[in-house]
Amino acid sequence: MTALAIETRALSRRFGEKRAVDGIDLEVRRGEIFAVLGPNGAGKTTLVRMLATLLRPTGGSAQVLGHDIEREPREVRRKISLTGQFASVDEDLTGYENLLLLARLSGLKGSHATGRAMDLLGAFDLADAAGQQAKTYSGGMRRKLDIASSLIRRPELLFLDEPTTGLDPRSRNQVWDIVRGLAASGTTILLTTQYLEEADQLAGEIAVVDHGRIIARGTSAQLKAKVGGGVLQIHLARPDQRDEAARLLAGTLAGEVRAGGDGASFSVDVSDPGAGLAALGALSAAGIALSGYSLSQPSLDEVFFTLTGRPPEDETGRAPEARP
Amino acid sequence: MSDMSQTLKQAAESVVQSAPERAERPPHAISVSLTYAWRALLKIKHMPEQLFDVVVTPIMFTVMFTYLFGGALAGSTDAYLQFLLPGILVQTIVFTSVYTGFTLNTDISKGVFDRFRSLPVWSPGPIAGAMLADVFRFTASGVIVFIVGTLMGYRPEGGFIAVIPALLLMNAFAFGFGWIFTALALSVRTPSTVMTLAWLVLMPLTFASNIYVDPATMPGWLQAVVAVNPVSLLVTAIRDIMAGTPDLRAVLLALLAPGLIAAVFGPVTMWLYRKER
Repeated sequence: MTALAIETRALSRRFGEKRAVDGIDLEVRRGEIFAVLGPNGAGKTTLVRMLATLLRPTGGSAQVLGHDIEREPREVRRKISLTGQFASVDEDLTGYENLLLLARLSGLKGSHATGRAMDLLGAFDLADAAGQQAKTYSGGMRRKLDIASSLIRRPELLFLDEPTTGLDPRSRNQVWDIVRGLAASGTTILLTTQYLEEADQLAGEIAVVDHGRIIARGTSAQLKAKVGGGVLQIHLARPDQRDEAARLLAGTLAGEVRAGGDGASFSVDVSDPGAGLAALGALSAAGIALSGYSLSQPSLDEVFFTLTGRPPEDETGRAPEARP
Repeated sequence: MSDMSQTLKQAAESVVQSAPERAERPPHAISVSLTYAWRALLKIKHMPEQLFDVVVTPIMFTVMFTYLFGGALAGSTDAYLQFLLPGILVQTIVFTSVYTGFTLNTDISKGVFDRFRSLPVWSPGPIAGAMLADVFRFTASGVIVFIVGTLMGYRPEGGFIAVIPALLLMNAFAFGFGWIFTALALSVRTPSTVMTLAWLVLMPLTFASNIYVDPATMPGWLQAVVAVNPVSLLVTAIRDIMAGTPDLRAVLLALLAPGLIAAVFGPVTMWLYRKER
């Protein structure tokens, strides 16, 4: 048994002239949560559909759980579950009927099928809505039913294509809890997301995808390290000390000193936290009073910006806004 | 982390751990088809109006044609109903066959099919299941229209038992004919396009037939069209059966077109279905 759940080599898919996925090399270890992070149209869904054997690649190869996706699609399907981008539940059926259908299609019979459906509804807080048609469900309930539908049998690998897109914060947190629970059970999870926070919160490893290519990969911390140390922000207690403060900051730090709009705050990029602390020490020694300061890690938004030169989710052609 | 989120996390973890072992062998094709047929029947249960839609038009036509034109066309409304009802039964079943395509397209456009196609089961299952469920749909809509006709005074000369072979023949016809609409459903984008295109085919097919009037009074060119219209051939065979004088040659002629359609559009449908989207 290979230690890798997914291994792709130059995996590609063209639609006409458009290269939706353009030579992706991916290695996902068993038991981890792996996030594919990228804006709309980056090729995330095409990648997932290929790995789930719904779409044939036009180039490259992929092994999923030790099986070639083109030569042994059936073996792959036996071991994976897919929760698609658009909740793939049958809206006309009730939540219970949806699960019963999939339980029967998974070969469960009689009370085994009905019992499994009830167990899943109970686990995901859907028991009260079991008899209602899924079209009456809220977005969060629908997504939970969708994930439950993927768990009739225990999948070795679960694909979650944008599991929280369009959900309110509370439902999003619930989905995150479920994903953490699934990971704790040992299920390998590949999730795609447009939300940097989601990748940061859930994933052990992240691949940043743009225009069908991986433009960076690593842990959340490694990606952040690529951008540099972070940002030092200070707020002066006495605005009349601003010139002196600016001079001191420029003298101790290499980064550009940016003045805040209120005339009493500054922010500076710092290469490492130590440099930020040194600057704070210098300000303090010079008797400059601060009403507040922060030394932040760069957000994944900043990582994305640094890697692509534009903010994430910016597919509208707008000019990128200035970095904070 | 709050207690509630811990609970959901633990529930997800334990529900996966308690999952049944993977089946030694996935369910076989027949059981997969029956399960999908069960799903299609559940949809009729939840949306009986779907069935209602396809029988309302024929019932409306039966009532309207019988009482408005019946006397003028056949001398009396009773005599006209005797002529019309077998034709209306055929029209009902032909209309109903559109729904296979309609529901298939709805499924695909909703994304449910992605899940079905990612399952390790016999892949044409959803189509086979839908067609099995159609046997119920055809029979139910045929029976409803037949009951309305009976209430209006229709009496088959061949006795009520003649309804059974008539329904069997109509099911066979609709099963073959329906492949046009499944192929159509897999080629167009929205369910409403399926409906629009289907009506474009069905309207001339049912009106330029012998359902409503004896073609003897039509112009010669139209008579020629009506004579080879597969719907007319079926209506002729059904009239014979209901009259208690079934004619094997008429039955075979009625099955010729649906047989050809199934032979051509069956493989086309399966090819379109397996082709990825």
